[in-house]
Amino acid sequence: MSVGPCEAFALVVRRELRLSFRRPDQLLQPLVFFLIVTTLFPLGLSLQLSLLRDMAPGVLWVAALLSSLLSLDSLFKSDADDGTLEQLALSGQELTVIVIAKTFAHWLVTGLALVLVSPVVGTALGIPSAVFATMMLSLGLGTLTLSWLGAIGAGLTVGLKRGNVLLSLIVLPLAMPLLIFGAGATDRAVSGVSAAGALYFLAALCVFTCTLAPFAASAALRITLE
Amino acid sequence: MNTTAAGICVDAVHVWRGDRHVLKGVSLTMDPGQLMHVSGPNGTGKTTLLRVICGLLRPEQGSVSWRGRPISSVRTEFQAALAYAAHEPALKGDLTALENLRFAVGLKRRVSSGELRASLEQTGVAACADLPARVLSAGQRRRVAMARVLAMHAPLWLLDEPFTNLDAAGTGVLMSLLQSHAQGGGSALVVAHQELAMGCDMRRLELTA
Repeated sequence: MSVGPCEAFALVVRRELRLSFRRPDQLLQPLVFFLIVTTLFPLGLSLQLSLLRDMAPGVLWVAALLSSLLSLDSLFKSDADDGTLEQLALSGQELTVIVIAKTFAHWLVTGLALVLVSPVVGTALGIPSAVFATMMLSLGLGTLTLSWLGAIGAGLTVGLKRGNVLLSLIVLPLAMPLLIFGAGATDRAVSGVSAAGALYFLAALCVFTCTLAPFAASAALRITLE
Repeated sequence: MNTTAAGICVDAVHVWRGDRHVLKGVSLTMDPGQLMHVSGPNGTGKTTLLRVICGLLRPEQGSVSWRGRPISSVRTEFQAALAYAAHEPALKGDLTALENLRFAVGLKRRVSSGELRASLEQTGVAACADLPARVLSAGQRRRVAMARVLAMHAPLWLLDEPFTNLDAAGTGVLMSLLQSHAQGGGSALVVAHQELAMGCDMRRLELTA
C-alpha cells in the first residue's frame, strides 16, 4: 500500500526529532550560544538599565539570528554525506514534502526552542514582561521564516566542502527585513506603541517564504544530487 | 530499440562529467525475472549508469524508460517500483538498524516491525536490529542496507557494489536473495568487480574506458 504525503511528512518529522534528541549536544549548541551572547551584554555594558533596555530588542534579535544561522548548515548536510538524501529523493515521495518536513522539524528544535527560552533572556536584558507575548510571537515568525530561507541556502550549498560561509552570505542579506521588523516590533512594544504593523509584515514574510521556499529548496537539492 | 519492454529500457545514454565522456551510448533492456551484472574498470561509469537509471542524474543524450514510458513522466510509479542501494549504506548511526529501516522503507510502503525484522533475519543481522547503526561493522551495515532493499518489495533492484565488505556467508546469502528475487519475477542490476557464480542465468554488461 502506498504512503500518502501526510504520512510521509509525519514520518520524516518523527525521524528528525528522534535524531535530534539522540544528539543533545547539537540540539543545545544554538541555544547555549543564544543564552551566552545575550547574557554577556548586561555584563559588558555599564549598569544603566535604561541603556540596556533600549538596546535589548536589537541584541535579542541579532543573537537569535546568528544562533539560528549556526544550526542551518546541518539541515541537509548529514543526509547528503551518508547517502540518505539519495534514498529520500528516490522514496517515491515528493522531495518538496520531505523538505517541508525536515525544515519544520529543524525549526521545532532550534527556532521554537529559542522562542521558549527568550523570556529568560528578556528578563536578563530588562525587557518588561508585558512585552513578552509580542517578543515571542515576533521571534517565532522570524525564526520560522529564517528556517525556510535557510533551507534554500542549505540546499544550494550542501554539496560544497565549506558551504557554511557561503550559506551565511546567501541567507544573511535575505534575513535583513526580519531583523529590522522583528527588532522593530519588540522595540515598539517596549515603548508602548502598537507593534501590529511590524508583526503583520513578519507574518506576511513567513507565509511568503513557507509557500515558495520548499519548492526552491527541493530544486536546489535535485541539482546537488546530480 | 524495443521501448515497449515490461521492465527498464536504457537507450543510447551519453553522460559527460566536465570534459570527461563517462557513458558513451550505453543501451540495455531488462525484463522481469532478469539479472544483469555490470562490470568494468574503476571510473568507467558504473555508478553513473545506476544513477542515470534511477533518475538521480539526467543524461545529456538518450533516454531511460520504465514499462515503455520515460521515467520522468512516471516518476512516482517508477520510484515505488525501485530499490536502490548506493555504495554508502545510507544508515544513520544514531538510529537502530530497525529504526533506520522503518523510516526508509516506511516512505515507500506501509510496513510492520515484524516484516522488517523478518528481512533483517533473511540477511542474517536479526541480532543487530536494536543496536545503533554506528556500532555495526561495515559488513553488518551492508547487510542491513540489503535488508532495506528486500523490505521495499520493489520489482527492480539497483545495487552498487553490494558485495563490498561482505564475508563468504554474506556473499552466499546475497546470491541466493538475488536468485529468488529473479525467480519471483523481479529484475536486478548489480555492479560488482568479482565474478558472480550464480545458479541462474545472469547477463553481463561490460563498461570500458
